[in-house]
Amino acid sequence: MSERVGHSAWVRISHWLAAFSVIAMMVSGYAMLMTNPNLYWGEVGNPLVPAFIELPVSKNYRHEGWSEPVAFFESANSPVSSNRGFEILNLNSWGRSLHFLAAWVLVFTGCFYLLLGVVSGHFRNKLIPGFNELSAAAIRDDIRHHARFQVKAPDSRDGYGLLQKLSYCLVLFLLIPLLFLTGLTMSPLITAAYPILLDMFGGYQSARTIHFFAFVAIALFVLAHILMVLLTGAGRQLRGMTLGTRKAKTSHDG
Amino acid sequence: MMDKKLLTRRQALTAGLAAASALVLPGCAEDLPPTYGHLLRMGDNFTYRAQRLLLPSHTMAREYARSEISSMPAIGMTDPGDSSNRLFVEEFGSEYARLRHGGFTDWQLSIEGSVARPGVYSLADLQRLPHKTQITRHTCEEGWTAIAEWNGALLKDLLEGAGVLPTARYVNYSSYDAWDDSIDMWDALHPQTFLAYGMNGRELPVPHGAPVRLRVATQMGYKSMKFLRRIVVTDNFVDPGRTGLIQNGWSWSAGI
Repeated sequence: MSERVGHSAWVRISHWLAAFSVIAMMVSGYAMLMTNPNLYWGEVGNPLVPAFIELPVSKNYRHEGWSEPVAFFESANSPVSSNRGFEILNLNSWGRSLHFLAAWVLVFTGCFYLLLGVVSGHFRNKLIPGFNELSAAAIRDDIRHHARFQVKAPDSRDGYGLLQKLSYCLVLFLLIPLLFLTGLTMSPLITAAYPILLDMFGGYQSARTIHFFAFVAIALFVLAHILMVLLTGAGRQLRGMTLGTRKAKTSHDG
Repeated sequence: MMDKKLLTRRQALTAGLAAASALVLPGCAEDLPPTYGHLLRMGDNFTYRAQRLLLPSHTMAREYARSEISSMPAIGMTDPGDSSNRLFVEEFGSEYARLRHGGFTDWQLSIEGSVARPGVYSLADLQRLPHKTQITRHTCEEGWTAIAEWNGALLKDLLEGAGVLPTARYVNYSSYDAWDDSIDMWDALHPQTFLAYGMNGRELPVPHGAPVRLRVATQMGYKSMKFLRRIVVTDNFVDPGRTGLIQNGWSWSAGI
């Protein structure tokens, strides 16, 4: 009789649901960002005020084509109004709808995963590094191995490596919750109900900027994750995450 | 032992499905915006249902200090009467040019449909409604924001004056740049949903929707229609077709 030793079915199901929704959100989020590829800080940010960061990612990155500014007030540094006289690239119609649809999938998957992760002991036993594992020397060692691409394929008996555990925890317990909350802060209706979100992140535009950098971090994680899968045997890893591993391995793979 | 466990699991599953359907099924019964079988529109409707079910009602969007008023771009149509504008629509554009020439004294907003007293309101009529001011953030779907002071009347006061019938569920509105849109009664009766005829203490500038624009503080900017022309209260959702959001691929409910 074969013994199941790899990822549990619920881990495999949540992994792929999360993977598809995260990729859908990265694509649609990028499409939305292209509409106004400038980042700001605070509550206000628009083409008439200085940007915190200007990302050169679409044809909307340009300053010409605005009418002569008209001041709202008599004062010298009065805020102004100006008309935009050019067409912009705007993919927000499908981008936003897909973003929220994928967000729902991720919310339901996340609830399912968190519940089972706690109940089954998966978080405690496999994911969260124990105090005895966590030492500067151990982290340094693991970084050195990764830098030399000497990555050991995770064996069913060894479980995840230290950096692996830390990066999974960072994504699951910090980046995704941060993306969730900063995303909600961009909704006028939700911040009407929970204005504390605006205070937490320092305003709508700050939340948008933080949302962008958390996306960058997730994107880097996804790249590193795929690289690790390739380095440790893509076929075996993909099989393990889809069909599951049925039999205990008798020897180390690499 | 096994049977007992299966039963509990099934019960749990049934309870879960019942809870999920509470979110979806009322939507089917209550005449939501049409999806035309489009998965993204189904997602929009799901979000809209969830918002109305889960969020506390009539919470207020944040209001700001006068010192926080910011610059604000005017995008899309900036003068419906300008025939050289690429967005010019002859049908209403020339009428708008005439009204603007007369300082909007001939401008009238009609209110029709499921109301006890349909009628037309001039700018002076609107200005006789209780005057309100709010300093709120305009949140454009493009990702930019601006804070402005809006001066005007509550849509709620206009609707109550016209006597909205108890069957009414949507407030539809049309503009001089030939767009049609609608909001539900929740948004329409919200104490921050304005018919704005003033901006930052002066009359509303043409690029920002003169003489009167809608301001829905709890919604994305594109629901705040400029250059208002007509209001129709309906009992059911109306898809205006090519002059509305859905058939142009945009979410009607807009927010998240």
